[in-house]
Amino acid sequence: MNVKPGATQPLEPLLFEKGSPGRVGWSLPPADVPDVDPDAIFGKGAARGPVEGLPELSEVDVVRHYTRLSRLNYGVDVGMYPLGSCTMKYNPKLNEWAARIPAFARSHPLQPPEISQGLLALMHALERILCEVSGMARVTLQPAAGAQGELAGMLIVRAHHKAHGNPRHKVLVPDTAHGTNPASCALCDYEVVTIKSGPTGLLEPAAVAAHMDEDVAALMLTNPNTCGLFETHIREIADIVHAKGGLVYYDGANLNALMGVAKPGHMGVDVMHFNLHKTFSTPHGGGGPGSGPVGVVEPLARYLPTPIVNLRDGQYVLDDVPESIGKMKSFHGHVGMHIRAYAYALALGGKGLAQSSRYAVLNANYVLERLRGAYHVPYAGRVMHECIVTDKRQNDHGVKTLDIAKRLMDYGYHPPTVYFPLVVPGALMIEPTESESLETLDAFVDAMLAIAREAEEDPELVTGAPHTTPVARLDEVEAARKPILRWTPA
Amino acid sequence: MPHRYLPHTPDDLRRMLAAVHASDIDALFEAIPEDLRRRAHLDLPDGMGEHALKAHLQDLASAVRVPEPEGMFLGGGAYNHFQPGVVDFVISRSEFYTSYTPYQPEVSQGTLQAIFEYQTLICQLTGMEVSNASLYDGASGLAEALLLARRVKKRPKMLLARSIHPDYRAVARTYLSGSDAEIVEVPFTKAGTIDRAALEKALDTGVAAVAVQSPNVFGCVEDLRAIGEMAHQAGALLVAACTEPISYGVLRDPGTLGADVALGDGQSLGLPPSYGGPWFGFFATRQAFVRQLPGRLVGQSHDANGRRGYVLTLATREQHIRREKATSNICTNQSLCALAGAAFLATLGKTGFAELARQNLAKAEYAKRVIRDEAGLAFPFSAPTFNEFVVEVKDDPERVLGRLREEGLLGGIPLGPWYPELERAILVCVTEMNPKSAIDRLARGLKA
Repeated sequence: MNVKPGATQPLEPLLFEKGSPGRVGWSLPPADVPDVDPDAIFGKGAARGPVEGLPELSEVDVVRHYTRLSRLNYGVDVGMYPLGSCTMKYNPKLNEWAARIPAFARSHPLQPPEISQGLLALMHALERILCEVSGMARVTLQPAAGAQGELAGMLIVRAHHKAHGNPRHKVLVPDTAHGTNPASCALCDYEVVTIKSGPTGLLEPAAVAAHMDEDVAALMLTNPNTCGLFETHIREIADIVHAKGGLVYYDGANLNALMGVAKPGHMGVDVMHFNLHKTFSTPHGGGGPGSGPVGVVEPLARYLPTPIVNLRDGQYVLDDVPESIGKMKSFHGHVGMHIRAYAYALALGGKGLAQSSRYAVLNANYVLERLRGAYHVPYAGRVMHECIVTDKRQNDHGVKTLDIAKRLMDYGYHPPTVYFPLVVPGALMIEPTESESLETLDAFVDAMLAIAREAEEDPELVTGAPHTTPVARLDEVEAARKPILRWTPA
Repeated sequence: MPHRYLPHTPDDLRRMLAAVHASDIDALFEAIPEDLRRRAHLDLPDGMGEHALKAHLQDLASAVRVPEPEGMFLGGGAYNHFQPGVVDFVISRSEFYTSYTPYQPEVSQGTLQAIFEYQTLICQLTGMEVSNASLYDGASGLAEALLLARRVKKRPKMLLARSIHPDYRAVARTYLSGSDAEIVEVPFTKAGTIDRAALEKALDTGVAAVAVQSPNVFGCVEDLRAIGEMAHQAGALLVAACTEPISYGVLRDPGTLGADVALGDGQSLGLPPSYGGPWFGFFATRQAFVRQLPGRLVGQSHDANGRRGYVLTLATREQHIRREKATSNICTNQSLCALAGAAFLATLGKTGFAELARQNLAKAEYAKRVIRDEAGLAFPFSAPTFNEFVVEVKDDPERVLGRLREEGLLGGIPLGPWYPELERAILVCVTEMNPKSAIDRLARGLKA
């Protein structure tokens, strides 16, 4: 990833700027049936010749192109990726093999259940594992990602209230919530009422009580919350919501702190989603595919997306759910991710999952403790699986959170999540995960401490960062003002 | 003994606990009420070593008895195509698959450029002006297209062809169930395509979008141009879904035919069926609607030294900025799957993609001929098809398909569960993976 200063050539030309007419990267199976004339079949004007603009490359060209592009990327396999709220833990290699086992990969979603028993057994077992970790009664594996899980969950909330005569109109969402929470509510036609968190970063029962009435369908909350703090009053808050007939929705984004430590089902949670790409190690893939199963308590199971896997008379079957909210996705969801998550859970077992959460929390507290002297820490006390520091002290030298993030790249790290949660100005949200060793944590903290020193002694070194990445800071304002969203021939 | 995924040694733990002034790890969880912690034990087996786990997964796989690809004739939304080795090589580069959303462009140019190229490739296939970075799947893409139409047109009614894949329609209904939008289904004719007379009647000034699929769930090609003209005359958008994007290699693109949104599942473009996913949903529209697009977008920019680079852009549409006012609640795209699709298209290229489409068409036409001429079976629909078609059998379809299974063939999808009036019909898909010999066996088996 070396850069020659001042170089303005593209790092790697676009696919469309390479190759030569007539070059091919693939050979078709031999034609063993007569050729046909598309014009004759579809009529003139409905058929089409070769797609204009598609690349013409050899296999070598394609392999080099993507290999070069890959080297411009940072991933968990390259180094520590402490992106808060994203749980960038190690993605075990066996799981990649497992998802590619030919019988799994070749399986068609509409092939009969009687030839799919191994897959259905796996999905059923994964559901039982998620139920055990969460304390929920049933789990659907169908949602494609966390946000789709939220939508499924909130539609279940709506279905429940509708069955009781009134879908209600409002949902309470703390100001520390992920942006997907209010966006998912809006899709369900719920008005979002934002609840301010208290000075300690926690949601206060009185604040919930003040907004809770019989027009509130649910409270959506993340626990630990996005400040990395456990919502200590969760039981009391759930009681307040339940007393007015509301439901509690739990955003499982931060479940990695709680496996074998506390179960949402015991906290008064009625509906929740999991992020298999966070807690259960399925790779993030540069931004998907994820997988967002949804768990519910028994009385809500009748509304789950359809179908659901059941075991009957020794056979796994796909059953329709009669009062279902419908389908969230074609077929059965991201089964390739279910296979990976299942393999992960089995590799660790009950003890290993609990140990993972405990080490994740230890790692976050260790990092926070070592950063305390050099960075402002907005909330007192211990944290769960992630910690927040801010740029408050560095601001005195004209150095901001974004600069610190960019400078971390020069030290070989992916930056933490920045400027989130919104309630903490200049937040750097650090989630080390349990995958990182003491040496790696120390090296990361040393880099953070070095940057804090640089901010005092040589602030321009930090504000001008990054200096060693393939490209320098990119002009995001220009990109949004005059969007170029595709390549076009010159 | 430490677990292979967890690097903490007993000595590390001692040092770390001392640094955080805790006597043990439990002390870190004091914020959690005691009664919650007491009940949190996981009743799950102990962890498995890699060799035992591998054997267990292989055992499960042996309880999946899927035939060789030669004998697979199932389509209906998931297609049996060859995956060039290059595709799996590319998505197995862990710099791609172990990265996350490219929020920090300086260390994410690989993902960003690959998605910029993907957006370009989708525009080329669909003939549209702008593509997003991908959605979860085609079905949620249809829902998002209807929501886009709702925002653009501010009209409540959505006309959906009943010849759209039932899962697409089901997901659209789920997504729109919380809104005031009204979905009206338009029947199909004996051609196997949308009933244009019925469409004409249903089109009024309350309609925001007319949605069809081409090829549709019966494999039939819809007349997008004519349907688009009708929709536009009523002031509605034409949403053109597609079951099978390989068809773009031989069929006129929806952009040219007047579509306002083109969408579908990208599974055929290099991804294995995997019992339903993960794949990606492609979603493309006109420049005029760019600020109404759901999902991520990558745009070109340059760095402080004038070097070309790529960034996520127009994020003010998205949930992390706009929250409840966002164009969609979607957060991620299906980045790695979209990357597979791009690598697939780059590998096949201009000639390969056209030849692949042509061969699919030729195989399906051959299959239709032997099923008609030699098996003596009839087709209920008359419209032209691409690589799948509906055939009417003379026995109970489940019985016919069961017999075929005994010969190692998955012969098709019975349509009765989706369309009760088609209780004798089977949806058959033929691709480059099915040699002539297997097609001949299928024809004989369907007849029996």
